[in-house]
Amino acid sequence: MAIGSEPRTTGKLAVPIGTDPVDPSRAPGTRIEGRSLRQVAWRRLRRDRGAMAGAVVVILLILMAVFAPLIVDLLGHPPNEFHQDTIDPATQLPEFRFPFGGFSAEYLMGVEPPFGRDIFSRIIYGSRISLLIAFLATMLSVVLGSTMGVIAGYFGGWVDTVISRAMDVFLAFPILVFAIALAGVVPDRAFGLSGDTLRIVLLIFIIGFFNWGYIARIIRGQTLSLREREFVDAARSLGARGPYIIFKEIVPNLIAPIVIYSTLLIPTNIIFEAALSFLGVGIRPPTATWGGMLSEAVRYYTLPHFVFWPGLAIFITVLSFNLFGDGLRDALDPKTR
Amino acid sequence: MAGPGPRPGRPSRPDIVVTYLGRRLIGAVLMLLVVSMVTFAIFFVVPLVAGGSSENLAARYVGRTAGSEEVADTAERLGFNDPLPVQYGRWLKGIVAGDEYDLGPSVERCPAPCFGYSFINRSPVWPELLDRLPVTLSLVVGAATIWLLAGVSIGVLSALRRGSVFDRAAMGVALGGVSLPIFFTGLLSLVIFSYGLGWTAPGSSFTPLLENPAQWAYNLILPWVTLAFLFAAIYARLTRAGMLETMSEDYIRTARAKGLPERRVVMKHGLRGALTPIVTIFGLDVSLLMGGAVLTESTFSLPGLGKYAIDAITTNDLPKVMGVTMLTAFFVVFANLIVDIVYGVVDPRVRLG
Repeated sequence: MAIGSEPRTTGKLAVPIGTDPVDPSRAPGTRIEGRSLRQVAWRRLRRDRGAMAGAVVVILLILMAVFAPLIVDLLGHPPNEFHQDTIDPATQLPEFRFPFGGFSAEYLMGVEPPFGRDIFSRIIYGSRISLLIAFLATMLSVVLGSTMGVIAGYFGGWVDTVISRAMDVFLAFPILVFAIALAGVVPDRAFGLSGDTLRIVLLIFIIGFFNWGYIARIIRGQTLSLREREFVDAARSLGARGPYIIFKEIVPNLIAPIVIYSTLLIPTNIIFEAALSFLGVGIRPPTATWGGMLSEAVRYYTLPHFVFWPGLAIFITVLSFNLFGDGLRDALDPKTR
Repeated sequence: MAGPGPRPGRPSRPDIVVTYLGRRLIGAVLMLLVVSMVTFAIFFVVPLVAGGSSENLAARYVGRTAGSEEVADTAERLGFNDPLPVQYGRWLKGIVAGDEYDLGPSVERCPAPCFGYSFINRSPVWPELLDRLPVTLSLVVGAATIWLLAGVSIGVLSALRRGSVFDRAAMGVALGGVSLPIFFTGLLSLVIFSYGLGWTAPGSSFTPLLENPAQWAYNLILPWVTLAFLFAAIYARLTRAGMLETMSEDYIRTARAKGLPERRVVMKHGLRGALTPIVTIFGLDVSLLMGGAVLTESTFSLPGLGKYAIDAITTNDLPKVMGVTMLTAFFVVFANLIVDIVYGVVDPRVRLG
C-alpha cells in the first residue's frame, strides 16, 4: 500500500490544539495560555465520564487483586476450604436455609456445590490470575509487536517483507485452537516448573506470543509515515544516525498508539485466559479462576448464580478496561472520535 | 499509483490479473507450509523441548499406559525416534498421499487426505472431521448472516445519527456485547431460555438441514443468536467508526455537491468505503469459526469441530486435535485467498500496488 494511504499523523501529533473548546472561565482578552499535548489529552480524558469510571474500577480491581489475602481474611474463608455443613448431603446442593445458593452474611456470594467453597473468596482470588496473566501477556505482545513494527517500518525493504509476512501468518492463525493444542501438549512438569506456576507462565507465553501481530501492524504503519516526516528529515540533515532517529525522533511519537492499543489488548487477553480456563486447558482446578468457576457452574444450571458471579466479574473487568481504553483513544487521537 | 491511460511496455489487463492471481496462489501455498510447520512444531517439538521423551510422546499418541517396553516398541515402529524433518515430511506426505501405521498386530491404512490417525479409536481422523463439519457450518453460516445484517445496519444508522438516543443506546449495548465472553452469554441464555422458559432446545442435539429444516433451525436458534450477538456488537462498532471516517471524506462532499440524493451518497459512496475493511475481517472471522467455534460449541454441547477438538484434548487423543488445527489453518488461508482475489478483481489499486 502507498504511504499516502496511511494515517498521516500519529495520535499525539494529530491533536489539533486550536479545536479544544475554549475554557469558559477565561475572560475575553486575556493571554492564551499554552498547554502541552499531554495536558490537552488529560483534559479530554477527564471530561469523558465513561473513561474515568472505567479507570476507577480498574484501579479498584488491581487493589483487590493485590490485597486479595487481606480481603479474604476479613470477609471470607480460604478459597479452597470446604464447608460441608452448608451443603445438603442428600441433594449435594447448598442447604435450603441459605437462600440463593447459601448466600448469607458469612458467605457473601454463597457457597459452591458440592463442597461448599466460598464463592466470594474464589472470585477475589480469581482476579489475581486474570489480571496477572492479562497484564504480562499484553506486555509480551507489546514489546514484541512494537520492536518488530518499528524495525519493519523504519528499515523497509526485505526486512519489512519478512516481518510483514510473519505478521500475516500470526494474524491468520487459528489462535484459540493453537492455544488449546499448546496448553494440551505441554506435560505437567516442564522447563523446571510445575503446577500453577507452569500453567501461568505457559498461558502468558501463549497469549502474548500469538497476539503481537496486531500491534506490530499498527506500529509499522505509524513508523512508515513518521519516517517521511519533516522533523525526521531535519534530524537526518543535521547528521543524526539510525539509532538516534529511532529512539529520539520516532519512538516518542509512538508512545500514544502503544498505550492505546495495550489498554485495549488487556480486556481481550482477560477473556482469552478465561476461555482457556473455561475449556479446561488453562489454569487447573482447584486454583480459583473465573473461567474455571464458569465451567464448573455448567453442571448446576438449576442454580444460575454460580454462572452469575464469575460471569459478572469478567464482564465488569473487561467493560472497565474497554471503557478506559476507548476514552484514552478518543483523548489521544481525536480523529477516531 | 498508475496514471491514466495505457503506457508503453505495460502488460495488458488479463496478464496483470493472471500474475496477480498466481502471486496470491503461491503466497497461499507458502502460508500453508509455514502454518503446517508451526502445527507440527506444537505437537512434536514443544513436548520434546518441554522435557518429554519420544516415548512419552508415543504413549500420549498411542493412548496406552501399557508396559514401557511396549511403548518404546510402538514409538520405534511409528517412527517417533526418526529425525524431526523426516517425521514432518512423513506427516505432510500423509495429508497428500495417505499413510500407513504399523500397530504391531496389524497395519492400519489411513487414506489421503490423512489428517491424522486416532490410535484410541483406531480410525483415521478425516472421516470424523467430515462428520462434524456440517454442524459447525450450520452454526457459522446462520450466525454470520445474522451478525452481518444486524451489525452493519446498526453501525450505519449509528454513524448517520451520531449522538442521537439510538446511537448512544446502540453503542452502549455494543460495548457491553464486546465485553461479555460468549461462554457467559451462552450459559445465561441457556439458563433463561432453555431451562427456565423452555422456549428452545437445550442444545446437544443437531438435526441435519436436509432431514428436517424446522428442527434444524429450532436446535440452532439459541447458539446462532448468542454467537451473532457478540459479533454484531464488534461489527456495529467497526462499521460506525468506518462510516464516520468515510462520510467526512472529500469525495462524499463532492457527491453531495453534484446533487446526488442523500440515500445514494450513503449507500453507494459512504457504505462502500466503510465496508472494505469489514469484508477482510468478515472473511477471517468466518474462516476462524469454521475451524471450530470452540467456545460456542462447548457451551451449547454442539457436536461440531471445536467440540471434537476439545473432547479430544480431554481424552489425550492428540491426532484429532492436530487434524482440527490443520483444517482450520486451511480454512483461514483459503478465506484469505478469496478475500485477496475479490479485492484484486474489484479494486484495481490493490492489484497494481
